[in-house]
Parts: sequence; structure tokens; C-alpha cells
Amino acid sequence: MTEFRTPAQEKSRFRNRVVVAALFILACFALLAMRFYYLQVTRHAYFHTRAEDNRIALLPVVPNRGTITDRNGVVLARNYAAYTLEITPSKAGDLEATIDGLAEVVTIEPRDRRRFRKVLEESRNFESVPIRTRLTDEEVARFTAQRYRFPGVEVQARLFRDYPEGEVASHVIGYIGRINDRDVERIEERGQTANYRGSEYIGKAGLEQSYEAELHGQTGFEQVEVNAGGRAVRRLSRTAAMVGNNLELTLDIELQKIAENAFGNRRGALVAIEPGTGGVLALVSKPTFDPNLFVEGISAQDWKQLNDSPDHPLLNRAIFSAYPPGSTFKPFMALGALTTGKRTPGYVMADPGYFVSGGHRFMDDKVGGHGMVDLHKSIVVSCNTFYYQLANDMGIDGIADFMRPLGFGSRTGIDVPGEAEGVLPSPAWKKKRFRRPEQQRWFGGETISVGIGQGYNAYTPLQLANALATVVSDGKVFRPHLVRHVVDARDNRRVIEPEPLRQLNFKPEHLALVRRAMVDVNKSGTGARAFAGAPYEVGGKTGTAQVFSLKGAKYVEGRVSERLRDHSWFIAYAPADNPKIALAVLVENGGFGAQSAAPIARQVIDYHLLGKRPNQPAGEDADAPESTE
Amino acid sequence: MSDHRFNPLLLLRAVLRPIDPVLMLVLMMLLGYAFVLMASASPDRLDSQLVNTTVALLAMWVAAWLPSQRLLSFALPLYALGVVLLVAVELFGEVSKGAQRWLHVGVTRIQPSELMKIAMPLMLAWYFQQREAKIGLREFIVAGLLLVVPVGLILIQPDLGTSLLVTAAGFYVIFFAGLSWKLIVPVGLVGIIGIGSIVAFGDTLCQPDVDWFGLREYQKQRVCTLLDPTRDPLGKGFHIIQSTIAIGSGGVVGKGWMDGTQTHLAFLPERHTDFIFAVLAEEFGLVGTLVLLVTYLALLARSFQIATQAPTLATKLLGGAMAMIFFTYAFVNMGMVSGILPVVGVPLPFISYGGTALVTLCLGVGILMGIRRGRPAS
Repeated sequence: MTEFRTPAQEKSRFRNRVVVAALFILACFALLAMRFYYLQVTRHAYFHTRAEDNRIALLPVVPNRGTITDRNGVVLARNYAAYTLEITPSKAGDLEATIDGLAEVVTIEPRDRRRFRKVLEESRNFESVPIRTRLTDEEVARFTAQRYRFPGVEVQARLFRDYPEGEVASHVIGYIGRINDRDVERIEERGQTANYRGSEYIGKAGLEQSYEAELHGQTGFEQVEVNAGGRAVRRLSRTAAMVGNNLELTLDIELQKIAENAFGNRRGALVAIEPGTGGVLALVSKPTFDPNLFVEGISAQDWKQLNDSPDHPLLNRAIFSAYPPGSTFKPFMALGALTTGKRTPGYVMADPGYFVSGGHRFMDDKVGGHGMVDLHKSIVVSCNTFYYQLANDMGIDGIADFMRPLGFGSRTGIDVPGEAEGVLPSPAWKKKRFRRPEQQRWFGGETISVGIGQGYNAYTPLQLANALATVVSDGKVFRPHLVRHVVDARDNRRVIEPEPLRQLNFKPEHLALVRRAMVDVNKSGTGARAFAGAPYEVGGKTGTAQVFSLKGAKYVEGRVSERLRDHSWFIAYAPADNPKIALAVLVENGGFGAQSAAPIARQVIDYHLLGKRPNQPAGEDADAPESTE
Repeated sequence: MSDHRFNPLLLLRAVLRPIDPVLMLVLMMLLGYAFVLMASASPDRLDSQLVNTTVALLAMWVAAWLPSQRLLSFALPLYALGVVLLVAVELFGEVSKGAQRWLHVGVTRIQPSELMKIAMPLMLAWYFQQREAKIGLREFIVAGLLLVVPVGLILIQPDLGTSLLVTAAGFYVIFFAGLSWKLIVPVGLVGIIGIGSIVAFGDTLCQPDVDWFGLREYQKQRVCTLLDPTRDPLGKGFHIIQSTIAIGSGGVVGKGWMDGTQTHLAFLPERHTDFIFAVLAEEFGLVGTLVLLVTYLALLARSFQIATQAPTLATKLLGGAMAMIFFTYAFVNMGMVSGILPVVGVPLPFISYGGTALVTLCLGVGILMGIRRGRPAS
């Protein structure tokens, strides 16, 4: 360094430094300019897309679910607004502390916490998650007063599903529940993923499940600008949601209630069908359950109680459980005999009280037999020997071929899920059913018991009711259905009631014979007691389904534990000349059909035709003749 | 006779006398830009921006009135006051966001490091003036010590951004005073190699268990985030990612005033302060950013012109340093917002919201105006 410098030297040195600094500045600014050019011109398209992604979000607008009403407009499933307490985790801070604090203000049970944690795992941080649903007004007031303590916690009005009739018809209506992984798969398969964005619930059982597509509605979408926190700040466009369609049922909820009450505490099922239309008037499975328990996710305790109960309340006996039809099969056998020409209306046989086939003696209920028996009498007194002989003459394939078009052994196609096929036995069926060759062989003796509705054949109460409806509507086979109209938001009704699936050709005189015999069952036969004093003519047939066979030993009711008692069947239609209702009743372990099933049918028909309400459940008819089935 | 009568024109001339029209024009362009951007980014702050601007312009005017020799006589007391206050911050300061930067004085609080940005170049310019005839190695060592003490105090607050700015402000005076290239070049090379190796070995150095000697964890994180913003996309990298999206999506002509989606949807953090450049780039595009660069260049060119024409060594050094300070603010801010420099808290000069920085910078402009007034008539 120069120790002594002239001012001129000083000046020029400073100038040099300024030039260096200026060059440095220009270089740096050039670097910046290049960077700006790179970002704003070269990569503009990329960043433009990134900015759009940032800003626009599609928010689903969840439609209101359609309601379900019975044939008279009584609401069976509806939505109602209730307050929920919801936490937005990203705003709330310490969640545990927040919930503990909230528990001081409103009731928060352990199950609320468990549910909250479960939903929290599946949700994103800026979404609000419910901690308590259905707050009372008082709880809302208490929370509102203390809301300052709880950042990120809000009270929101939300729609809930409600089943005002509770346990009544719960197997029919079903219930909704939170969408789970399996539902998601199904939604994807149906290509409905977009329509379920934002939806939390889906039909899980009953009509809620089978009419899901109608009830759900069309999800709308809102295009919104969102900020960095994901919060919507401005709406760009809105496609309104289309509310789900309402269902108007063929079901008469009053009739359903009367039928359910008629069972009392007994297990069983009842299906009542309107013969001319296939519309289901009542579909009972007892015991039943409260669908409201399922809506918000059923508690482990409630679930255990329902699932572990020996009475299986979740089982829809009306459409899923198949029982041997017992003697209720006889009118169909009789019609088959006439239609296939195996019997003529004038045919008469002598009943010795047993039928021998292959060295085995098949017994009648009445020791010594019914004497001379024709078709009419065979139904009225429920003569087994007559049908042993008939089954033998028709042959197993002949029986199966006649019964199949009536819907026995195949699903009726009713519009609630979970229907069982039942079993219409035949050699072909047996071959498919069993694996080992020695099991696959059909024995002649097996045909004989099929003839009286025992053995392998097993039908659901629905199949029996539907077959009866077919017979009393002169051969019209319907797909039984529960939904009569689908009503959209503009009140347009779409009629669901189907045309008959097929018309079976029965001769009117054959139908008349069988139906006259069924009327006499209730006049002078096994159903007479249950229908004593009825101001209408009613056709019917009792039946008993053996739960297990006591080989050789005589069945004595008192000696068999209740669970091993026979199932009690009754089928009926009324009024006899112009049937408005055809029904099948099954009482599990109810003993003889006349004893417990027929009184239930009486109450149902009384109400349907006369509007008469019983004042107590149908009692067991203790004096029912023991051996006349 | 007319001298005794009140003449508003004369008063206006008296008021305007210290104002350099060129600097004033450029400054008004920048301040105008600031208002336009603030109206978009944070309209509720416009009133307070107006107050800040008025105070800053007043400070500028006062500084412009002061003859530069008078100004230099404040150098030592200001510098001493600054150091004392920095010590006081260390002892009694208020902790905010993990750093101790503020000092409560009566009703208001002040940030002594801000004072140092002016006091430091003043002090060094005054010092070199004293030793004008014999500036040598000894003088540079003393200048270096004068620089290191306050910078060290600011570093332990910790405030990396301000300490870098104060270091730069001091260094520019030393540089213009003629610090030998033999010293500048090796130190510069060491710096470049150091930064280069951090970039090269960033992955290793940014491992959580690697301790960077002398730096706080958050400072390390800032550098590491710069090297790879995606390593913390929702945390510290969020700023850089979102601001580059804002700049890039602006394109050539921008999305239009008030129509910046990044800005208005809150994707842009600190959009009215350190990141206001991204608002400008998004809404006015490449055209807007280049206009800003040119405006800054005009400010710098005029400042250098004033410095080279200044009558004394001290005013030359001071003027040159002021120009470089403006440049440093502008370059570091735009560099960090556009993702080529680490995120350090440096405002965009004359445009970012915030009173202190605006007053400091306008004071700098005022000092330059004062220097221009002191030059010999040519």
C-alpha cells in the first residue's frame, strides 16, 4: 500500500473501485434477470399448472338421501338435522386436552372417543371430525357459552338418518352405515366413485341397500378456490346436488305392526302379498332389531348382543331361512296332480293309515287312516297317505317340474337383498348337492316324504307366500316387490310394480277345486278354530315342518325341548272369492300349524280386510287338534 | 422589500433545495410501486404504509439538509450508542421467534441492529477520513475490528440476515477505501470454495446429526432448505416453492394487478414483507420484474455518480457504500425469493412493508442527497 498518495491518485483509485462494483452489480442483476427469464418464460407452463392446482379444488355437494314411506305415506326412513360437535384437528392443537375439556361441558362417552379416533385416522387434517353427534339443545347452549375455550371446535347442523318406526319392519327397510373398504370396492365396480365423493353413508341392508342407487341421489360439485390451508375462499361454479329419490312402498306399516305384534315373543316369519300385483303388504322376521343403532356405527356391546343372541335377530327369516313346507305343500301337490293328469277331480282312494314303499311303512298322523279320501278331503284333513301315493305316482322329477315354475327352489327376485334359493329336491339337485357318489343317489323313499312337504325340500316363507299368491291369482307369477313408486324431487312417480313374470296355465276347475278345499280347511278342517266367526271366507292350509325326526318314536311335544319342537306353518288367502291378501306364516318351534301360526294369520287378515285391531298377540291355540295336519 | 413578504414559492424552493431530483424521481417510482403492490397484497396495511413512508421521507429530508461533514461528526457517537444498545439487547432484550432482537424503550421497541446499518459505514468512513493520508494495513486491521465487534453481537442474537447486511455495509467502505486485491481475492476464493462445497456435499451436511460449527439449527435448516426445497415442502421449503410458483406462473406480462392467485389465496407467505417481490412477479410478470431491476439500476447509477463527484474521501466512501447497501438488499431479497439464495430476512428495498427498514434506506438516500449538496460547484 502506498503510504502517501495525491488526491488525483485517490480519485482514480476510487473510480476504479466503483467500476469494479458496478460490473459486479451488473453481473448479479444479469444473473437475476436470467433467473426471472427461466422461471417466467422457460418454465412458465409448468408453474402455471402448479398455481392452478394450488388454487382450484372440487368440493362435492352431498345430496340428501331419499326418504322411505309405506303405502299410506307413513314415514319409515327420513333425514333430520341435528347438532354435532366437530373438531378440526389442524386448528385445535392438543386433541386429547381439547376432548377432555369438552367432556366437562357435554357428555362424551368412551365410545364417542373411539369413534372419533377411528374417523380421524381416515380424514385429512383440515377436515372437521365429529366427536359427539345429536347434541341436545342444552348441550349446544352450554358449549356455545364456553366456545372461546375451544379453538377449532364447532357445532354444526348435520343430517342424520332416522327410522321413526324403530324395530318395525327393520329387516325390510334395512339401515345405512359409514362407507367401509368393501363398500368402496363395490362403488368402484359400479363406476360410482365420483358420485360418492363426500358421501359418508351407504345403504347396508334391506331397501336402503337394494335401492341405494335411487336413494343416494346425484352428488353435486362446487369448484372453489382454496387457500394454502385447503379452506375454500371463493366459489367459482356450482353444480347442484340432486336429492335422492323417495321410495313409496307396497308395505302397509300398520299391517306390519299388527303382524309383528301377533308373534309376541316367538321367532318366525310372515310374508303377506297382494295377489294381483305381487306387492308385499307385510314382511316380518322375528325377532327384529332397531336399525337406528347402526346409523352412526353400532357399538361393540350392541353388536355383540345382536350377533350372539340365540334368536338371531339379524337373520331375515322371511327371505333367507328355508324350512320344509310340511302340509302347506299339499294344495300345490294337489294342483300338480290335476294339472299333470295323475289324478282326476273324481279320484277317490281308501286310506289305511299308512303307505308302503320299498318295504318301508310311511305312517299317517291318524291311526287307522281317514277312510275314503278324495282330493278335496285330502287337503281338508291333511291326509298324508294320499300324498305318499301321489308323490310315488308323480315321481320326483314330475313334482320338481311342476313346482319349479311356481317359484319353489329359486329366488323370487324380491327387491330386498339376501334372499335364499331354498331347495326343490330332485335327483339332479342331489347330484350337485353331495360330493360322494353314494350320497348322490336318489332313493324312492325320499320322493315319498317330499310329497308331504318333508324331506329335502325347504322353502322360504316368501316362496310359499308367492306360490300361494300365484295359485289364487289364477297362475300369475310376480316378482314380489316392496317398492311401489319411486318419487323424484319434482314429485314425478315412477311405477315400479312389475308385470307378471309369467302366466301359468292351470285349468279353472282345477284351481277351483284346490281353493274350495282350502276354504274348507278353515271352515271345518285344521284351520277352523283359528278362523271361527270370521265374517269373510278365507282359504288356508296348516303345516308342520319337522325340525328333526324321532326315528320310530312317536312325537310327544312335552318331551322335546322347545328348540327341537316342530316349526308351525300356515298359509292363507282372503277373501276367498277375490283374494286381496295371500300370506305365509312360520313360527319357529311353534308346534302344529293350527296351534300358533294360524292365529297370527287370523289377526293379520282381520286387520287387512276389516281394519280390526287385536288387543294382544295371537295366543297359542291350545286345543288345536293334535294329529290333524 | 419583497424579501420581507411571505412568498410560498420561496418557501417551497427552500424546502426542495436539498432534494436531488434524479434520486427523488427514482425513489418516488419505487415507493409508488410499493403502494400498488401493497394495495394488492395487503390492502389493510396501506394506511400504515403511508405513515411509514411519510416518516421515512421526513428522515430523508432531514439527512439531506445536514452537511455531510456535520453528519460525519455523528459517526463515533452513533457507533458507540449502537454497540451499547446491542450489549443491552443481549442483557435485557425481548425474545421474539427464538431470537433476542428487540429492546423496549419507553412505549416503543427498537431494533439496535438496524441502527448499525447506518452507523457502521458512517463510522468507517469517518475513520478512514481521519487517517486519509496514511491508509495502510494497520488502518484496515482497525477497520476490520470496528466491523467485527457489532457484527458478532448481532450474530449471537441470532440474526444472520442483519449481521450479513452490516458486514456488507462495513466491507463496502473498506473496499472503496482501497483494500488490497491480494486480500480480497483469496478471501473471496475461500468463500466461493466454502459455498461450493456446501452445495456439492449438501446431502451429507444436511443430515440431522451433522452439527454446523457456529451456526444455529435453524440457520443450518435455511441453507439446507435452499439446497433442496423439497426436503421440507410444507415447512421451510414451502416459502420457496410457493414463491417460485408465483414468479413462474406470472409469465411475461403477469396475471394482472390484484389477480395473483398465489397472492390472494394465501399460498404466498409473508407476501407483504420479505416476499412482496413474488407478488410483483406474479401480477406483473417478467415485464414488471425487469422494470424493477432497471429502476434499481437507475438508483445505483445516480448514487455512484454522486459518490464519485463527492468532495472528500469520507463522503465518497459513504456514498459508494450506500449504493452498495441498496444493491445488497435488492439482490439478496430477489435472489432468495426467486430461489437462488438462502432465505434470510432481508426486505426488498423501498418496497417491502415495514417502517424500520424503510426509514433506514430513506436515510441512506438522504445522506446521498446531502453529499451531492456538499460537492464543489463545477
